[in-house]
Amino acid sequence: MSVLVVAEHHGGKWHKMSWETLVAGQMAATLLKTELSALILGAQIEPLAAELATHRVNRVFVAEHELLAEYSSDGYTIAIQQVIEEVSPDLILFPHSYFVRDYGPKLAARLNRSFLNDVVDINVKGNRIRFTRQLFQGKINADVIFSDASPHFISIQSGTYRGDTLEPTGNFAPVEKINVTINPTDIRTRYGEWFRESKSKVDLSSAEVIVSVGRGIKDPGHIPIAKGLAEALGGELAASRPVCDNGWLPLERQVGSSGQTVSPKLYLAVGISGAIQHVVGMKGSEKIIAINRDPGAPIFEIADYGIVGDLFEVVPALTEAILAIKKD
Amino acid sequence: MNIFVCIKQIPARDSVIRFADHEKWIDESGLTYELNEPDAFALEEGIRLREENGGKVVVVSMGPERTIAVIREALAKGADRGILIESDEPFRVDAFATAKALAAVLSKESPDIVLTGLQADDLGFGQTGVILAELLNLPHASIVVKIIDISDGSIRIRKELEAGWFQNIDMPLPALLTIQSGTNKPRYATLMGIKKARKKSVEHYSVRDLGVEPLISQTIDHLYAPPKIKDTQFFEGSSREAADKLAEKLKFEVRIL
Repeated sequence: MSVLVVAEHHGGKWHKMSWETLVAGQMAATLLKTELSALILGAQIEPLAAELATHRVNRVFVAEHELLAEYSSDGYTIAIQQVIEEVSPDLILFPHSYFVRDYGPKLAARLNRSFLNDVVDINVKGNRIRFTRQLFQGKINADVIFSDASPHFISIQSGTYRGDTLEPTGNFAPVEKINVTINPTDIRTRYGEWFRESKSKVDLSSAEVIVSVGRGIKDPGHIPIAKGLAEALGGELAASRPVCDNGWLPLERQVGSSGQTVSPKLYLAVGISGAIQHVVGMKGSEKIIAINRDPGAPIFEIADYGIVGDLFEVVPALTEAILAIKKD
Repeated sequence: MNIFVCIKQIPARDSVIRFADHEKWIDESGLTYELNEPDAFALEEGIRLREENGGKVVVVSMGPERTIAVIREALAKGADRGILIESDEPFRVDAFATAKALAAVLSKESPDIVLTGLQADDLGFGQTGVILAELLNLPHASIVVKIIDISDGSIRIRKELEAGWFQNIDMPLPALLTIQSGTNKPRYATLMGIKKARKKSVEHYSVRDLGVEPLISQTIDHLYAPPKIKDTQFFEGSSREAADKLAEKLKFEVRIL
């Protein structure tokens, strides 16, 4: 039995989910009473490997290759496959990053295995390790066990574990190089430079109050209802992905895994069901208010205050009540 | 161009999900089903590709007999042909098992491009396309927001990265793309389209015929409502009463006013 965590970085910097995944790996290794290794792959990564070695791991594996300097699904798949064959881990944890979404399931399939993504908890029942993930857009939790032989592949949902609790120990775990063979022709895709379409003019991360609208707003003509509430509270207007996908609000106002991550003093979720992709972007808010007609909406799991009702009645009434208080 | 679009039928978005089978699965009786929304964007992308480049759009779906409804819907929107892989336990299986069945059918065809939605909103794996690319030995890109150019047997796309970053990717065809939601405006089926769809052919396979009866590697041990993280204080009464109580709370306890 052994556990391996794949750490991720880009442009010489760690992906913060690497640390969260390392915490998950430490938990899994403790539950399974086994050792934890971490893998880093890339080119010119000695400093990162050395840093990783001080973070409560038993061993660090380094797979260096010039063709791993930039991410490619083909390159990463080939390299990690060779590492797995060399070190035979039983459980491999990945951060649920955009890279991992792009190569993780492919790598598992190449080894004739499935991939369990977005894990939000690891626990043990009897002598079996179970992984929790959410189904139906956050409405249901499922504890899942693997019924085939190891290795097993899982990815950890962003924000599930606190990466900032992980402090360097001062001890260096052994760092071991693993030679991987990759040919230039193995990589079928050519990746361009990263770019941003336009610099976002809206910085939601500094807002004290955010009123965020979801699918429940139903029509772009209804956006002013939420805007009125945001204005009454002196806050910013934001939205969940479906609202921006429909073009009802610009993408730069999107909160969630593909938008901004915010932690205001007050977050008002209006007509937002609370799918995990949205929740990871706002669950750090100090106080959360949810207004939704569905009492079973997952947003209520994390709400401090809630109103189950029709937002088209509740929001205008709330705006009026707030304006009346401010007038006094 | 031979354009293949993989689609899925899932429980309707607002479904109330109840447990069955000793909390090991959901109660499927009484559920209504619809086309998985992210797949509508993949289908629209496929139809647009045909409009620009010529060729045929084939939709493929796996599921029980009722799945024919989403295939008919896709045919009504403009797809040319449908393939249904019948399986009685479509969404209890993991993405690897689904991708194997899709691969068994697609390897009999000669696709130039295979499209899938970003994820299915029921199990939320977001994996089927990526695994399918591996099984068909195709290059792929995931979370694609734009098909920029197709020429000389290769394709240039734009994909979304984390935190607002993007990247263009070139790859040879045939290739597989998973399409980000919101990248286009899916069309509605017209009356004419619905009429025409009746004459379009749908081939049927079963997972048994294909020899890919799913070997399920991920077993659900227990389903339950997500535990409450916060002890939510609810405000009741009429909308006005509830709003007034919440506003008081904002003033005196949250101290935001």
